[in-house]
Amino acid sequence: MTWVNAIIQGLLTGGLYALFACGLSLMFGVMKVVNLAHGDLAVVGGYVAVGIITVTHIPVLWSFVIVVPVMAVIGYALQRTLIQSALNRGVLTTLIVTLGLSMVIENALLEFFSANTRGIGAGMTLVTGSFRIGSQIELPYLLLLIFAIAVAVLLGLQYFLSQSSYGRLIRAVADDKEAAQLSGADYRHVFGIAAALALGTVALGGIAYGMYQSLDPTAGTDTILLFAFVAVVIGGLGSLWGTLAGGIVLGVAQQIGAQVNLSDELLAGYLVFLLVLVLRPQGLFTRRASS
Amino acid sequence: MSLATRAKTRTAESFRVTRSQRNVVWTGAGALVVVVVLAFFPFLVYSGTTAILVQGFIVLTLATMWNLMAGYAGLVSVGQQGFVGLGAYFVLILALHGASPFAALPVAVVACGVAALPLWWLVSRLRSGYFAIATWVLAAAIMLFIEQFSSLGSGTGLPLPGFTGMSPTLLTAYTYWIGLAVTVAALATVYLLLRSRLGLVLTAIRDDEVAARSSGARVGLARLLVFVVAGAGCGAAGAVLAISQLQVQPTAVFDVSWTAEMAFAAIIGGLGTIEGPIIGTLVYMLLQQTLQSFNAWYLIILGLVAIVIALFARRGLWGLVDSRLSFRLFPVGYWLRGPVTEDRRSRRRAVGDQV
Repeated sequence: MTWVNAIIQGLLTGGLYALFACGLSLMFGVMKVVNLAHGDLAVVGGYVAVGIITVTHIPVLWSFVIVVPVMAVIGYALQRTLIQSALNRGVLTTLIVTLGLSMVIENALLEFFSANTRGIGAGMTLVTGSFRIGSQIELPYLLLLIFAIAVAVLLGLQYFLSQSSYGRLIRAVADDKEAAQLSGADYRHVFGIAAALALGTVALGGIAYGMYQSLDPTAGTDTILLFAFVAVVIGGLGSLWGTLAGGIVLGVAQQIGAQVNLSDELLAGYLVFLLVLVLRPQGLFTRRASS
Repeated sequence: MSLATRAKTRTAESFRVTRSQRNVVWTGAGALVVVVVLAFFPFLVYSGTTAILVQGFIVLTLATMWNLMAGYAGLVSVGQQGFVGLGAYFVLILALHGASPFAALPVAVVACGVAALPLWWLVSRLRSGYFAIATWVLAAAIMLFIEQFSSLGSGTGLPLPGFTGMSPTLLTAYTYWIGLAVTVAALATVYLLLRSRLGLVLTAIRDDEVAARSSGARVGLARLLVFVVAGAGCGAAGAVLAISQLQVQPTAVFDVSWTAEMAFAAIIGGLGTIEGPIIGTLVYMLLQQTLQSFNAWYLIILGLVAIVIALFARRGLWGLVDSRLSFRLFPVGYWLRGPVTEDRRSRRRAVGDQV
């Protein structure tokens, strides 16, 4: 039964990883940018939440109402300035600029907030409480909530991309930005909107991570970026629901690894990633290799 | 004689292709003098200074390797700390079995090069940005794997044995010399590599990958070779690191900031030239030494400078010098020299060396 419980925990953690990953996947799908600062921006979102909760005394769970728009604006601004000018100069420059951005953010956080970890206290009932099925299986409220949010975010993104007029623009630009430009769409603006979506979702991931674990300046690269990337590769590049599937596979692998030996948690996740890379480099859940 | 053949003979008569504009003996002699002077440093300066220089040698070796990957082969790796760590651990393993760490270094270098082969097989399936993060994941996985072995000190690492009975002065001097030797070897390897046939392929990839591919250049093979050489080079730097620190600690040797440092040194100095990383390392060491009392600030400044340079001076600081002087310390390209009668002051064009 402990094994079943571990698998359920891993499955639910997959929701958190999907929140990390869907923005990374979206930015790659739309503008072919691999944002190496993605994880650090999630941590920034988490710290913004900590600051806003302390200053305005807003209920912790509602902090996202402020944090997500703030991060979306930052995303739009970053895309229109730094990332766009890097994109104009090529893939190598984009990687270098986002790598530089990642180091700047991480060390600035270290400098201003020290290396101490800080959590986002979501209230005792939510953090420690859980549904119990039998004596062995536990469904923590917090993980259930995060998983539900992840599913809601993915549903929202899918609806937005397939139904709304901006979603149509984003898909058009992702397919062929020159052709979209010729038809009157300003692809730079559309890229900005995609980046705003990406950072909005990863800010949710940052807040959730702050509640579930705790934030520290290095979490962005050590944990969030790597997990997001692993989830994207396992699920298949450029696939939205693939990020949830990949996140679930990663989460389950980690929990099973932790059952074998507590220090094997991370290694088990990476081994599954390597296995996927060897056996199915296009990802487990992609139908088309070039989507 | 047809017109075409006549034109060809005429061209052959009046144009000459040379490696360098000036006599290469002078730059070679200059480099030799610098190395000899550096080799005498342990007799001249305090051990604190040589320790800083060893750190500089490590960064220069790493930056040279990162430049070979990113500047020539178009491979942006964020996981080179994996090889730094492997190099350090190979030295540790051999030293634990009774070998002298100095003798273990060349073995560790070869082992890192060999280890790069299966790793390449894994990461070469992914392109550009995804390649970058995949190397990072690999480095993290290698660290976690090594931490499984309690005989290697698990998560805390071990002090490096094999120095008992050696006087501290001698140890400092040996460490310095081995650092210098590794750096010179790394620069020489990259220099010779770029002057070879493979160098032409790499330069072609740097300038235009699609064009290189369609001209029949074996891009994949060239990349594999570069990955192996860079793996061995970063392993050598890791071995020097282990010897200079006298201990191997997993989180320190597998620290991603190694990759950040090598990348920023290479970018600031100028990607796609051998001289660039040297300038970049000088700038890096200057920043680090002057700002080290302000904790992380030097990394923030370094990151900002790298962003600005990547956006506004793509060929780095050396590129700024180079475009005015058309001067090479390491001539790896070709110069097309016009007919002798032509005005000698007219600007010459480098072929295959720069755009």
